[in-house]
Amino acid sequence: MSPPEAKLVCRNIWKLFGHGAQEFLEKSGGNPTFEQLSDAGLVSAVRSVDLSVHEGEIFVIMGLSGSGKSTLVRCLSRLIEPTAGEILFHGENLLAASDAKMIEIRRHKMGMVFQHFALLPHMTVLANVAFPLEVQGVGRAEREERARQMISLVGLNGREEAYPRQLSGGQQQRVGIARSLAVEPELWFLDEPFSALDPLIRREMQDEFIRLQSVLKKTIVFITHDFDEAIRLADRIAIMKDGEIVQAGTPEDIVLNPATDYVQEFTRAVPRAKVVRVRSAMQPVGGDAPTAAVSAHATIAEAAPLFLQGAERLRVTGADGETLGELRRADVIDLVLQG
Amino acid sequence: MTDVPAASIGKPPASVMRHGAVALGIALAVFILFWKFGEDLAPWAFDYPKAQIVPAARWITQFTKWLINDATFGLFTFTDLTRFIAAVINFPYQLVLSLLETGVMSGRGSNAVQYLPPVSWIAVTAIVTLMGLYAGGRRLAVIVALCFLFLAVFGQWSSAMVTLASILVAVPLGVVGGLLLGIGAYRWRWLERALLPVLDLMQTIPVFAYLVPILFLFGFGATAAVVATLIYAMPPMTRVTMLALRQVPPDVRDLGNMIGCTRHQMTWRVLVPSAKDSLLVGMNQVIMLSLNMVIIASMIGAGGLGFDVLAALRRLDFGAGLESGFAIVALAIALDRLSQAFANRTAKPVPETKPRGFVARHPYLLAALVFVVITGVAGLFFPAIQAYPEGLQLSTGTFWSRVVEWINVNFFDALEAFKNALLLNVLIPFKRFLLGLPWAGVVAFLAVAGWVLRGPGLALLVAGLTFLIAATGQWEKAMITTYLCGISVLFASLIGVPIGIAAAEKDRLWRVVQVAIDTLQTLPSFVYLMPAVMLFRVGDFTAMIAVVAYSIVPAIRYSVLGIQRVDPRLVEAGKAMGCTEWQLLTRIKLKLAMPEIMLGLNQTIMFALSMLVITALVGTRDLGQEVYIALTKADPGRGLVAGLAVAFIAIVSDRLISAGAARTRARLGIAEEVR
Ligand SMILES: Nc1ncnc2c1ncn2[C@@H]1O[C@H](COP(=O)(O)OP(=O)(O)OP(=O)(O)O)[C@@H](O)[C@H]1O
Ligand SMILES: [Mg+2]
Repeated sequence: MSPPEAKLVCRNIWKLFGHGAQEFLEKSGGNPTFEQLSDAGLVSAVRSVDLSVHEGEIFVIMGLSGSGKSTLVRCLSRLIEPTAGEILFHGENLLAASDAKMIEIRRHKMGMVFQHFALLPHMTVLANVAFPLEVQGVGRAEREERARQMISLVGLNGREEAYPRQLSGGQQQRVGIARSLAVEPELWFLDEPFSALDPLIRREMQDEFIRLQSVLKKTIVFITHDFDEAIRLADRIAIMKDGEIVQAGTPEDIVLNPATDYVQEFTRAVPRAKVVRVRSAMQPVGGDAPTAAVSAHATIAEAAPLFLQGAERLRVTGADGETLGELRRADVIDLVLQG
Repeated sequence: MTDVPAASIGKPPASVMRHGAVALGIALAVFILFWKFGEDLAPWAFDYPKAQIVPAARWITQFTKWLINDATFGLFTFTDLTRFIAAVINFPYQLVLSLLETGVMSGRGSNAVQYLPPVSWIAVTAIVTLMGLYAGGRRLAVIVALCFLFLAVFGQWSSAMVTLASILVAVPLGVVGGLLLGIGAYRWRWLERALLPVLDLMQTIPVFAYLVPILFLFGFGATAAVVATLIYAMPPMTRVTMLALRQVPPDVRDLGNMIGCTRHQMTWRVLVPSAKDSLLVGMNQVIMLSLNMVIIASMIGAGGLGFDVLAALRRLDFGAGLESGFAIVALAIALDRLSQAFANRTAKPVPETKPRGFVARHPYLLAALVFVVITGVAGLFFPAIQAYPEGLQLSTGTFWSRVVEWINVNFFDALEAFKNALLLNVLIPFKRFLLGLPWAGVVAFLAVAGWVLRGPGLALLVAGLTFLIAATGQWEKAMITTYLCGISVLFASLIGVPIGIAAAEKDRLWRVVQVAIDTLQTLPSFVYLMPAVMLFRVGDFTAMIAVVAYSIVPAIRYSVLGIQRVDPRLVEAGKAMGCTEWQLLTRIKLKLAMPEIMLGLNQTIMFALSMLVITALVGTRDLGQEVYIALTKADPGRGLVAGLAVAFIAIVSDRLISAGAARTRARLGIAEEVR
């Protein structure tokens, strides 16, 4: 498999709030410490962030409240001007783009879902979803047609004429999602889309999100403060603290090899079996290959029920069905017991 | 965001909305048909029949006469009561006036002997400067000192002290009275229910209108002026008190109950102290309103700066008028900044210091006393210390007269052409149009509008009030008022709303605009007349210019507020979808700010009406003139009836616009704000 193409790359992004932020950053040689910054009366929301988001992946940015996630994602779409750094979208520097160019990019290539929905209260569901197309000047029939498709995609058929305040929180966020998808964005930003919902609805919306992504295959930057949510959805996770990314990698990476104590705090409560994939737990095939097979990409938790039939070993298969190794019952039990 | 069941929201369903618009359209069509072709069919609907006019003015005048001559409460007569009130007010007023202006006298008229001189101008300036220093620091001290020096140097001192004396008496009485009423209304619901409509009415009746009965009851003089000022300034304090008490957090009230406060303790130890900040803001309002009113009350004998302006206006002596006008501005700025600083100062926690000696604890008070005594004694020997020497006074009166002359010589044609163009093309046609409307049709149309916007209750109110205007024989004058007010509001909005929108978007512009409108707002309405009369002489056009200048402030302020209050998250969402700046403004911000802008329009109308009445002085032919004539003839009935007609116009437009704003809010899905 060729390495996936990087769709969005950012290098050394800084965002400091306060007076004279830019000059201060330049004077201090481009790398001031947190203390230096707060002494200068500046709020360091994002500090020296590097990341790259690949085509078709779900890239989750996780961090506690105030760690700078919203600021970072707003820098990526240039809703906020970064103090310093470089953002490449398809290799093109976004920070050099003119305002008109940025409007063009946001209209056609980016979509965004907001934590508090940001639905326009005076418009119906249909008008809200069609709004991004309306500002582009798409004709009424066409945009409503498209909006109806999106509304049915998120399962809100029949509520087109309702107003946002007549919907529950979960339904409102479905409208937000439909709206952000109406322009068929290549890059989809979601800023804590489910945080304002209660846990049961949140779970339901996550399932919905996974289902949507299996159909749409978008490139996604997903913000959350909930580590379980991150584990559940992410292909890769970046963990933020005080504006910096402290670790980035696959969920498995992060759970098995936390880079700092801070990260370890989050991973402690996560069942290993839910993140460790078969590929990491398998062993070379000893003796004749077992018949029952499991994908190398599955998690241990997904593979475990297969042992209920009494098998001692499972054959591990790659993407093309080739045998990669075997998974032993004892290893699985160890992992599950580790919690 | 909270989930609200759809049914609980007062949003009329789309079909009802459409019905409303259709009903209004039909009503309008019928109205136009009737207006065009109905004159022969029903002439009574165009000119209210003279025989049916209700002689309300005569009744009221007779009633007031009866009050003064025959009314009795058993133990005492009504006249005793007014005499008593007059005495209660007159005593402190004379005291303050002798301190500030006349000195302590004995005897009357020309054989009066002055025992003690008034407090010297140096001491008064020193006292207010010390107050500024105490409340707001050096900057404020300098501003206040400059304002008072201005009064002395330009020869306005003695008039200014007369005005100040009225304020010093009216403000404490107004604040205490308003506070007690407000507390009462907070405590007893029936009192609140009784007070609210009265407060509403008091705020919309033009000030001239209650000058008339007061003049009748208390006679011409300073006491009557203070009574008028009190009546004018008390309602806002009452309102602020009610609001402030209601806004005390429930936790604080619970705490009061938990520690076992009595009712009395609850009010004075818990609620009032917790609401202190808002109450002080109310006090600032009372001061500014009092100043405004004291100036206007010069017509019933308040004297002072207002009288100087009035006299200059009558002589058409612009130089002198402007000088007095500037003095009013100086006094207004000093009083406003001082009272605001005191309000803010108490809002900040003061570091607790140990009580030391009297001297150390009250340095400012002591310094003020020292000034009074020393300058008082020194003044006996050096008159310049007692009263600012006349030889050193400056007068810019002639200078200003020349400036006006110069403008009129050089720009007369341009100004005249501008004035005539607007008069011929806009003002006069609009006036003709309004005067040609059938009163009965207007009543019916407004009723339909009220019904559509809120329901039968509003329809009844609106139709009833409009009918009363016609029935008391004031239709024509009321239409002239409507025309002047309408045209002024139109121009004020056309200028003010775009300024507001621009200022809301640009921080730096907003800072400039804010200073400008804050200053405009502290100026008593009288001041606006001077420049307008100077440039355009008397007439409708002049009145319009003054009204526009006065009423533009709310148009700007509410537009800014509306746009700034739009949820920034919605604006951000629009940006993320690729809206251009123009789309953001027109599709999101203006839409959501619309109810606020409508309320601004409402306020603009209220301001315009209150100013319009004052422009009677420059020769309008409307209800304001009617009140003014009643004032000069001391005819309380005529004045009150015309004043009430203005109030009715205000109430009708206020209720209709508020209902419209509420409807727009509901349509936009913005919850009614708790104010
Ligand atoms: N406009 C601003 N001006 C000043 N400081 C800001 C501004 N916006 C954000 N900050 C600061 O930047 C830091 C990061 O804020 P940010 O909103 O990005 O956090 P977050 O990780 O999204 O938190 P949450 O989970 O609460 O949304 C915080 O300390 C915040 O106070
Ligand atoms: Mg956030």
